[in-house]
Amino acid sequence: MENKFAAADPQERVALALRELYAGYGYRPYRMSKFEEYDLYSRHKDFLVSDGVITFTDTNGKLMALKPDVTLSIIKNSADRPDLTEKLYYSENVYRVSKRAGTFREIPQTGLECFGDVDGYAVGEVLLLAAKSLAAVGGAFVLDVSHLGLLCSQIDRLTDKETVREELLRCAGEKNVHGVSAVCAREGLSPEKSAPLCELLALSGPPSDVLPALSALAKRTGTEAEAAELRAALAAFAESGFEKNVRVDFSVVSDRAYYNGIVFKGFVEGIPECVLSGGQYDNLMRRMGRRSRAIGFAVYPEPLGRIGESRCADADVMLIYEKGSDPAALRRAAEKLIGRGESVLVCPKENPKIRCRKKAVFRDGEVIFLGEDA
Amino acid sequence: MARMLNVALPKGRLGETVYGLFEAAGFPCPAVMEPGRKLIFENAEAGVRYFWVKPSDVAIYVERGAADIGVAGKDILLEYEPDVYELADLGVGVCRMAVAAKRDFYDDTRRALRVATKFPHIASRHYAARGRDIDVIRLGGSIELAPILGLSDVIVDIVETGKTLKENDLAVIEEIAPVSARLIANKSGFKFKTAEIERIARQLRKKETI
Repeated sequence: MENKFAAADPQERVALALRELYAGYGYRPYRMSKFEEYDLYSRHKDFLVSDGVITFTDTNGKLMALKPDVTLSIIKNSADRPDLTEKLYYSENVYRVSKRAGTFREIPQTGLECFGDVDGYAVGEVLLLAAKSLAAVGGAFVLDVSHLGLLCSQIDRLTDKETVREELLRCAGEKNVHGVSAVCAREGLSPEKSAPLCELLALSGPPSDVLPALSALAKRTGTEAEAAELRAALAAFAESGFEKNVRVDFSVVSDRAYYNGIVFKGFVEGIPECVLSGGQYDNLMRRMGRRSRAIGFAVYPEPLGRIGESRCADADVMLIYEKGSDPAALRRAAEKLIGRGESVLVCPKENPKIRCRKKAVFRDGEVIFLGEDA
Repeated sequence: MARMLNVALPKGRLGETVYGLFEAAGFPCPAVMEPGRKLIFENAEAGVRYFWVKPSDVAIYVERGAADIGVAGKDILLEYEPDVYELADLGVGVCRMAVAAKRDFYDDTRRALRVATKFPHIASRHYAARGRDIDVIRLGGSIELAPILGLSDVIVDIVETGKTLKENDLAVIEEIAPVSARLIANKSGFKFKTAEIERIARQLRKKETI
């Protein structure tokens, strides 16, 4: 068999490849219980992707939850050492309300977290690992990278109303430039004042195209420090082979109460939603009383089941034997086919519920194929 | 060669107007307007494949990637909040999302306001922002009947000319948001067909400003 994981689902294959990738960069595996005290999530509800949490009362009377998120648990259970760098990876199931189905679902999630002393090297390494994670999925991919601090600076200079800031951030996430203009007009802001934000949202593409224009904009708007951070982070891709996969795109937005700095999302061709999401979440660390900095991302392998070849048969060959056939000879014949890389279902009678690419009968010690397609 | 772009158009009068915009922007497919029951139309030369879907389903087709781009009313986008890009306001199908009530309506704040609507999410969000307790009555159509028959105190619905309201002795008491047709795109599809989608969006924005 060419690939030892050929029988695995695409999700399982990706999860295995990611674990190997992260371990190769010295990230330690992190295992955790399925349960966590509900209190942790009730205090940071906005950080969760969905509102719903499955809760139950433990035997000691504590309200527990089936964990809807991994990052919060990792932070809670880690020591706050801003002078050291801790690198962890996980591959866990989380329990969330699916926005589409409106019901709870068990969702596999693989990801990594780096916290403590998170310097420029660490940010670059995490970005590079995000790109490598998408490459591990297979096929064409795009990693969109943004700087939330830079985007929020442009928004904050327009208004100090929180609801309007949120509205503008939402428009940014939708690439909705006409929406930004409409909100600004409603708030009595002149088109000249909102122009830098619209200009920022229009900047989208490979770093080599976007960064020069961004530098000029940053200089005009006093956001040079944030632009320099973004430039430094993107430098991690130099000579990585991923230059064509990385784009600067300021429509990547996250909750600013938790995230700051570099944020990113990954897309794979053929999958309609983002399969990787992450960023720097120093603000979450502060809210949890930590001094450490942090960056991480999660890969959602669930939608990967929709790409690649969908299975159209249960096995390659259905080998039907006659009653009274020599079991040893039958086993040898089956092993021979399996050795050739075919999957073989041996049965005494054709099972109409099972679909195989080829049908064969075992008669007088011989395998006789009945046709190309079953 | 550029890849084929899948475009979800809303069935009905708005869809026909919108197709006219696409055609004028350089993406024609005359078969789209031919009478018949065909649902998918392709112009390989222009690189587009159109299909008609129920207006409220356009956002689902786009969000789930069955269509790369589509045209949906802002009312639908506000109600379902699909995770899509909103690339252009096409300036057609212009109306407004509003609260309407009988002319003699008095808001008795001692009890929950009964709101009849096809847009429960928009209505709930609107009143939650004001801290007003409401009882949402979800209806599928003829919303104007609800306050007349005493089923609700107010309605939240789209208002185009206000003629139906007027004929039923109702009036707009509050505007929630302006509504018009928007060009939307699947976020992932946009990453891999950027040039094609941006070309269409650019052309449509031009048409909108002419």
